[in-house]
Amino acid sequence: MNDPLITVTNLTMGWDDRVLQRDANFTVQRGEVFVILGGSGCGKSTLLRHLTGLSTPLAGEVRVKGIDPKEPSLEPPKFGVMFQSGALLGSYTVGENVGLPLREWTDLPIEAVRAVVQAKLRLVGLENTEGVMPSELSGGMKKRAAIARAMALEPDLIFLDEPSAGLDPVTSAELDELIIALNRELGLTVVVVTHELDSIFRIGTRCIMLDRETRSIIAEGDPRELRDNSTDPRVRAFFHRKPKEQLS
Amino acid sequence: MSSASADTVATPDAVARVALQGQLDLRSGKALWNTLKQAELEHPRQVDVDLSEVTAADGSAAAILTSYRAELRAKGVECQLIGARENVAEILRLYDNARKLGPRPRRKARGQLDQIGSAAIAVAIEAQLVIAFFGQMVIGMMNAIRAPRTVNWKELLPTAERAGADAVPIVALINYLVGMVISLQSAAQLHRFGADIYMADLVGISVVREIGPLITAIVVCGRTGAAFAAELGSMQTNEEIDALRTMGFGPMRFLVMPKALALMAVMPLLTVLADLMGCLGGLTTAVVRLDLSVAAYLAESQRAVQLSDFTSGLIKSVAFGLAITLISCQQGLAATGGAEGVGKRTTAAVVTTLFTLILIDAVFTVFFEVAPQV
Repeated sequence: MNDPLITVTNLTMGWDDRVLQRDANFTVQRGEVFVILGGSGCGKSTLLRHLTGLSTPLAGEVRVKGIDPKEPSLEPPKFGVMFQSGALLGSYTVGENVGLPLREWTDLPIEAVRAVVQAKLRLVGLENTEGVMPSELSGGMKKRAAIARAMALEPDLIFLDEPSAGLDPVTSAELDELIIALNRELGLTVVVVTHELDSIFRIGTRCIMLDRETRSIIAEGDPRELRDNSTDPRVRAFFHRKPKEQLS
Repeated sequence: MSSASADTVATPDAVARVALQGQLDLRSGKALWNTLKQAELEHPRQVDVDLSEVTAADGSAAAILTSYRAELRAKGVECQLIGARENVAEILRLYDNARKLGPRPRRKARGQLDQIGSAAIAVAIEAQLVIAFFGQMVIGMMNAIRAPRTVNWKELLPTAERAGADAVPIVALINYLVGMVISLQSAAQLHRFGADIYMADLVGISVVREIGPLITAIVVCGRTGAAFAAELGSMQTNEEIDALRTMGFGPMRFLVMPKALALMAVMPLLTVLADLMGCLGGLTTAVVRLDLSVAAYLAESQRAVQLSDFTSGLIKSVAFGLAITLISCQQGLAATGGAEGVGKRTTAAVVTTLFTLILIDAVFTVFFEVAPQV
């Protein structure tokens, strides 16, 4: 069996005396669409920050491709990240945003950078937006542009924070199709944080569920199997969109 | 139409009965509250609230009734809401969380000594952070010298334009006015002693050594420093800084370094302009108020103002530029919590920078006074 792409061992995360999750253990295998799910405030986005090296664990460790993502590196980043809001740089055009990592980390001539940028934007369905400012884009378009930027350096691992949040069902479904295509056709390993059920069943191949009350991972596996077979009332409540007391 | 009428009866076995009628809603809430409280005055062992004649109740009425029951039960008085029709019972069930109202959280009063101590610790922590940030910037500058390609040069000229060229009108006007004010204030005194010509000495030296660099730095702090802090604060709260980090761009070399270099380059240029405009303000007063000739004023200025006065002002201006960038960027990058956090950090950036500018000015002034004697 191949080594896992991400290994999380006894991870405890939070701030000062506030622990969000305790002793989390899981792995992400190459080629998966791995979904981190759970209710609001359970620490999904915080876990993503730990996986991408933006936050320091209170205890335990995170390894992405065998390396601590917090370790300073002179190498190009080994993964791409799409933030919840897109986090495009507001003073740069969409094309400049996508081209930024290419200009920094490659020696491609300007024309080649433009060609790659245009191809990436075409891939995410944003042709002819190269010269547009992020403020002129809709929420869904910003997320697509952010995915294009995250993919600029051809990573084999991409992190997506709430890709469907705040989007209409059609745009959300289109974004899911894009994620599926990236996974199947480009072989990208995708780690997604979300609590949108439709999206979870459509794209997820495996998931973990975080629980706010017990501050632990309460379920791990195929989301469809968990929906149909889990006996845990918290898991069933989540997947069946019902308050816990109505299921018990 | 909202209405509520009540009938409160205290029975001999210490059971109070409150009979409510009509429609209970937000508008009749006060009357309902008072009626319920009235029943408590008899110190009953039990309160029965009869809802059989209540035709409808809204959420606020349900909240009042259920919290009243919870409150009484917490005091050891049994309370029952009886006879509710189905529509009223439904909304009561929805609002009945069977919990006693918790006491209103009160912020514990802090002693003055505690507050002074906390404030002092906060200042020390901020100072420590600024010093640490300065250390990072020094390391960043050394790396930039070693590998100039890593600096985001693209931002340099636009930043210099915004901080420098765009500030020319306001810097020129303020320094002209300050030069004029200084000369007007001193004109009468100098004239009394027949020392009109020394107006050029007074204005020239004070403007070139102190007023020009300092006023320019204050203007730049208010204009550009606040803009730096707000820009980086917004980027921080919008996750743009995190996005840069995940792409392998440190904010120091990508955002802070170009700003620092731009400001350190434009500050001396703005200061030269400020010196000229301040002296021009003095010249205007000298000509209009003291009838001095332009040639005489300029000749005296040239004699009085030494090159060392001019260079000391320029050296100070570079240090001011560095301090403005350093503090504004550090405060901006420390922003958390959305728009409010950005506002707080922008205010803190301006206040801290102004204090630091005066401090740096004092240190430099002492240094330039002492240095020639050593």
